[in-house]
Amino acid sequence: MLTCKEFLQELNEFLDETADQELRERLMTHVSECPNCFVIFDTTRKTLRVYKGLEAQEIPDDVHKRLMELIAKRCKCSGASGGGA
Amino acid sequence: MAETNLTSEVANTEELGLVTQARSGDGTAFSDLVRRYERKIYRLAKNITQHDEDAEDVLQETFLKAYEHLPDFQGNSKFYTWLVRIAVNEALMKLRKRKTDRTVPLDEPVDTGEETVVREIAVWDEDPERQFSQEELSQILNDAVQSLKPAFRTVFVLRDIEELSTEETAQAMNISIPAVKSRLLRARLQLREKLTRFFKRKGDDVFAYL
Repeated sequence: MLTCKEFLQELNEFLDETADQELRERLMTHVSECPNCFVIFDTTRKTLRVYKGLEAQEIPDDVHKRLMELIAKRCKCSGASGGGA
Repeated sequence: MAETNLTSEVANTEELGLVTQARSGDGTAFSDLVRRYERKIYRLAKNITQHDEDAEDVLQETFLKAYEHLPDFQGNSKFYTWLVRIAVNEALMKLRKRKTDRTVPLDEPVDTGEETVVREIAVWDEDPERQFSQEELSQILNDAVQSLKPAFRTVFVLRDIEELSTEETAQAMNISIPAVKSRLLRARLQLREKLTRFFKRKGDDVFAYL
């Protein structure tokens, strides 16, 4: 059986589902027998889920406007000034 | 799955068309590309630099450099991945220039420690994010990311927020694949630790040391 330290070292592979079948089975066995590592795995998985679910904020209007003006100036884009973000 | 692949293939072809038009001097095509990605590049820049003005500088420099170097874009990678590479370079330069942020050299090996530190182990609610408004949640998550050292923060932002592959992240940061993996693990575990304070199930106060 994997030790807790070995489990943590392989946690990324487990979370990203990149572990090969043999390693995956060893990781599964470890979490099913070690409550602490199960909690670490579960809460890290939830950590990634909340970050992935976070909606990207809109770009501030003034930041968008300055960018489009700069682009228009630099590359003489006819459609580059103003417009919504 | 096949339908998804087809949709993304059509989108890639459409995008390559825009890039080709922009390369031949069509400003409107380039503006379309800017509008398509400005929000993501701004978010990336803000997440790495943690600074409004720096993020805006990075945003502007990224698109100006992209325009200037469009002839160099070979189409071997996605246009967005190419843009990200430029944006990461610009953001890292900003961090290096900022006097107050000299904590970790970004392109040198980082001591990730012999031990992977886990201090607090507490069960979270099933959907812990539901206890907070979108605004509160956003603040909690941003504060946690901001507290990471830049070298860890950048890897986390690229891998877990922008969803770049390990290889793309290594290329964008000019570090090795093992370095990406080790920094990512540290970043994820540190964030988990910080968020536990907010997300742990009420009544559970279990501390453990591994």
